[in-house]
Amino acid sequence: MNKIPDSIIRIAICFAALLVLVIIARVIIIPAELTDSDIYLASAIEREMAHELSYAGSETCTDCHDEYFEMKAEGYHKKLSCEVCHGAGLAHSTEPDEFTPSAPRDRKFCPVCHTYNPSRPTGFPQINPYAHNPLSPCISCHNPHDPTPPETPSECSACHANIARTLAVSPHVRLECVTCHVTPEEHKSQPRRFRAEKPENREFCSQCHAKGSESLNAPKIDVATHGNNGEKYLCWQCHYPHLPEVD
Amino acid sequence: MKRKQFLSFTGKILFLFSTGGIFGSLLKGSKIQSYIDEHPQVVRYALGIQIDKCIGCGNCVVACKIENDVPKDPFYFRTWVERYIIKKNDQVIVQCNEGGAGKLSQDIQEREILRSFFVPKLCNHCDNPPCAQVCPVGATFQTDEGIVLVDSERCIGCSYCIQACPYGARYMHPETHTADKCTLCYHRIKEGKLPACVEVCPTQARVFGDIESKASPLTRLKRMNKIHVLKPELNTEPKVFYTDLDGEVK
Repeated sequence: MNKIPDSIIRIAICFAALLVLVIIARVIIIPAELTDSDIYLASAIEREMAHELSYAGSETCTDCHDEYFEMKAEGYHKKLSCEVCHGAGLAHSTEPDEFTPSAPRDRKFCPVCHTYNPSRPTGFPQINPYAHNPLSPCISCHNPHDPTPPETPSECSACHANIARTLAVSPHVRLECVTCHVTPEEHKSQPRRFRAEKPENREFCSQCHAKGSESLNAPKIDVATHGNNGEKYLCWQCHYPHLPEVD
Repeated sequence: MKRKQFLSFTGKILFLFSTGGIFGSLLKGSKIQSYIDEHPQVVRYALGIQIDKCIGCGNCVVACKIENDVPKDPFYFRTWVERYIIKKNDQVIVQCNEGGAGKLSQDIQEREILRSFFVPKLCNHCDNPPCAQVCPVGATFQTDEGIVLVDSERCIGCSYCIQACPYGARYMHPETHTADKCTLCYHRIKEGKLPACVEVCPTQARVFGDIESKASPLTRLKRMNKIHVLKPELNTEPKVFYTDLDGEVK
């Protein structure tokens, strides 16, 4: 019977000891978070959840400031969260005396949303800040919690608000509606039976926009050649009269 | 004797028929319980974006940075708003000044514009996320709610995921040197609050909800509108749902 040489046994013992050490290191010393994906992902989720909040959410504000909620519920800003204008407010809700949320009062803030921009959806209330009561702060006329225009429109804009808002940013803003639309008095009570009139020909626009007309500010064109096709096109086929494109 | 046996047999049968319903319902009850245990209620959070309501004010971009400690520099964003301008000569211009929170440029004449709109963008929290597939250390993963998160302690900052994301939704955080991205405000939704961008949107262009629940506002949005997602051809199965999305948006 062959005896295993001592040197082989010694090497085998060394390997066995090394193997035991590796197993001990893998099972006991290396923490499970490094090897078990369930555990390390769970700890990552916990870290994510431990992130501190900055915005409180508008339900939190209701607890103390319910009077503003009642006021806001009536107006156009009813769906706005408080923190849209007042900024992140969780610090204020936990320590009301230490932290005061911002309350923007100058003319820079409201135009962030309400300045006219051609990319904004039609019908969203927009103004031209240079033409719309320049220099006076917005809050002198509009209550931000109920920003309905201070004067309820009684004339044309009461029904044609969309046109009125478009007209507000157009070069035609200073023209009265009746400049172009001859309107019978009965139109106000029976709008569909008595219609307002619309201009019907190129000559109407030419009163101001033809070369040699007396209107000072209106851009002038040569009626005979403008549009290239003489009588073929009417002005409003290319220019929307409530927001004419002017260079 | 035969008559007695017959009566007792029919009696037992009748007893079984009359009481069987009770045993049956007991059995069925335990089955329902085991079904509920085996199929826990699934929650899958997602976001809807209504293009026709976005006014491009940039409130969401600002709020996201405050809520999530995103670096203030104007090239790190978890959400941003792009302004699309399609000119009359069919040229498409995409602007994004300071992620949409900066001033809107006036350099294009209104008469040159054919149509124009804003597109808010963020991580799409794909059901089939390419960023998670390429991560060599498994730092990017999906939670049970379908939200794609980055384990910042495991991330080695190799930037593979930033390259892999087809929506450009990730960035390398300049301080931690790990990949960072939108978490749908995981810490907020777990407390029952809305994500910060949804909270501050003044026109409710952003709608947050659980797409597994029939009663959630997002399910309603998906039911009432024509929905499109970004780059559907990549089969990433995004969970940010757009309404009124223009074909020029890439």
